[in-house]
Amino acid sequence: MPLAFTLAFRNLIHDRLRLIATVIGIVFSIVLVTVQMGLYLGFERMVTTMIDHASADLWVMPRGTKCFEDPSLLNTRDRYRALSINGVAEAIPVVIGFADWRMPSGEMTPVFVIGSDLRAGGLQPWNLAEGRIEALSNPKAVAVDRTYFDRLGVSGLGATAEIRQQPVRVAAVTSGIRSFTTTPFVYMDVDRARAHTGVPADKATYVLVRLGPDADMVAVRRQLLSNISDVEVLTTAEFRERSRKFWLFGTGAGAALLAGALLGVIVGTVIVAQTLYSSTKEHLNEFATLRAMGSSRRYIYNVIVWQALLSAVIGFSIAALIGQVVVQLTAATALPIVITPELIVGLFLLTVVMCVGSSVAAIVQVTRIDPAMVFTR
Amino acid sequence: MTEPMLEAVNVAKDLGSGAAKVAALKGVSLTLNGGELTLLMGPSGSGKTTLLSILGCMLTPTDGTVRVCGHSTAGAGPEDLALLRREHVGFVFQSFHLFPTLSATDNVRLALDVRGEPSRAARVRSREALAKVGLAHKTKAFPRELSGGEQQRVAIARAIVGNTSIILADEPTAALDGENGRAIMQILSEITRERGHAVLIVTHDPRLLPFADRVVHIEDGSIMGEERGGAKMQMNSRQSSRSNRQSGAGRTTRRRKIAGKRLRPGVSSLAPVRSRSRRQ
Repeated sequence: MPLAFTLAFRNLIHDRLRLIATVIGIVFSIVLVTVQMGLYLGFERMVTTMIDHASADLWVMPRGTKCFEDPSLLNTRDRYRALSINGVAEAIPVVIGFADWRMPSGEMTPVFVIGSDLRAGGLQPWNLAEGRIEALSNPKAVAVDRTYFDRLGVSGLGATAEIRQQPVRVAAVTSGIRSFTTTPFVYMDVDRARAHTGVPADKATYVLVRLGPDADMVAVRRQLLSNISDVEVLTTAEFRERSRKFWLFGTGAGAALLAGALLGVIVGTVIVAQTLYSSTKEHLNEFATLRAMGSSRRYIYNVIVWQALLSAVIGFSIAALIGQVVVQLTAATALPIVITPELIVGLFLLTVVMCVGSSVAAIVQVTRIDPAMVFTR
Repeated sequence: MTEPMLEAVNVAKDLGSGAAKVAALKGVSLTLNGGELTLLMGPSGSGKTTLLSILGCMLTPTDGTVRVCGHSTAGAGPEDLALLRREHVGFVFQSFHLFPTLSATDNVRLALDVRGEPSRAARVRSREALAKVGLAHKTKAFPRELSGGEQQRVAIARAIVGNTSIILADEPTAALDGENGRAIMQILSEITRERGHAVLIVTHDPRLLPFADRVVHIEDGSIMGEERGGAKMQMNSRQSSRSNRQSGAGRTTRRRKIAGKRLRPGVSSLAPVRSRSRRQ
């Protein structure tokens, strides 16, 4: 073990109060950044979850559609135009829209209806917990998520309610399909979705295009744009990015989360810088002694940077544990905090950079040290 | 014995600037030889510490030249001076300046670590240095577990472990009682003889005279005289006592009559130092 490391470690634990203050600062900062970034990732996932789970190569949508939840409508004739293009295997209409759900008790709550051609399987519910997808073809059949049972006033399979004065019956139950808008998703057949949302029979929100085995996506896309007017044709990745940008930055939600994360970094940097600076100041005599003994400045910088790194490791370890608890606590909420391996690595690097960056003030102080001060102290 | 380890020629040093400018050293010339223990004595404000700082490559002179083991400090930057200190100079301080969070071994090892010595070898050498100063049984002790005398021995071990040619000590016994002060001087005297170090000790304390091969007296930034043992030491002792009285530290001394060409260490009856001399 390098002696510079030992000295840094001992200096660090020598003053426990200061160490605690440093670690609290780092933990506070990193937990704040973790929560903000975790919310950002969770939000990012939730706003694109429908797009991610749709089975489509290309999305045909009205020009100017901003996100998946945008209820602009296409003409269903466009579906047949799409099917006429060489390379298109399937063109599946999807209808979305808000509607009012009337519980057996008479209470009303808004729901977000998602209707798709269930035989073609364009946008079906996933994570089925009860019932079968095929059951949704039955009259009045809908699928809801179990996390919304209370909101919808249902207790499971077979429960009944009304949408737009038309009876519905829960035929399938999913688990964990939550909406960031907190409005429950209700899946059903596309024709019933039209009826429940008031979309005319010749309209649809999207046409999901599946390509044949040897189809050239670029050529098909070009052909789609040429054959159908006033539409956009996006790949799944492009539509995901557009939705993500709209919700994260178009609404300012993502910017607010990132600003919170930045605030966390600033707070952490200031706290660590302050404590490292005061620690260095307290040990100035020792650093002057090292300098008098002929140590290079780099050796002293190493001691300070080791202190910063040790603070980072201790602080990050505790923050990671707290972050794990927060993740578990929010797992079943409308906006779960998501922590990915990449985020963990990124947060660790951020902690290290923040702590080492914080040591600059201390290093500047040591740079000015006069070794001759050992004779006067 | 006569090989010059450190040479200062016409060294002048101005401190401060403008109206506050003070000539701390006025053309001081001094040579330190290997195997020779030199005392630098003088009243407070005489320039002892400034001279020590310049000889120890911590300050650069305003004028004059300093050569450390043949290397001139002229034009040297802070890192060059640090390298000279690292390679050639060991320091012993009045208040020890040990690292409170490190064991005795690690305190000594630090002097080797800054030189980039591998840990294992450095640990062995550090223990040997501690054994040399009589602390083989306290290698794992922390400074707070050591007496003042023991702490100063650790500091001496730290100064000698790197095999530097020069050891500069600033009032090494001032914070110690008589017995410990004598023991420290005994060690410094032994390592001077056995290892051929050039040792310069800044002190107010005339009780250190018996350990000296040579005494240099400084006053008002100039060397006032230099004696090598013998009857001159007695005069020097009186001068030092007078200086100490002038600087308010005179109560510590008890004059002794010293005879013989070379003063033998350990013959004086060092009384406990009751008041610490003010450093310049």
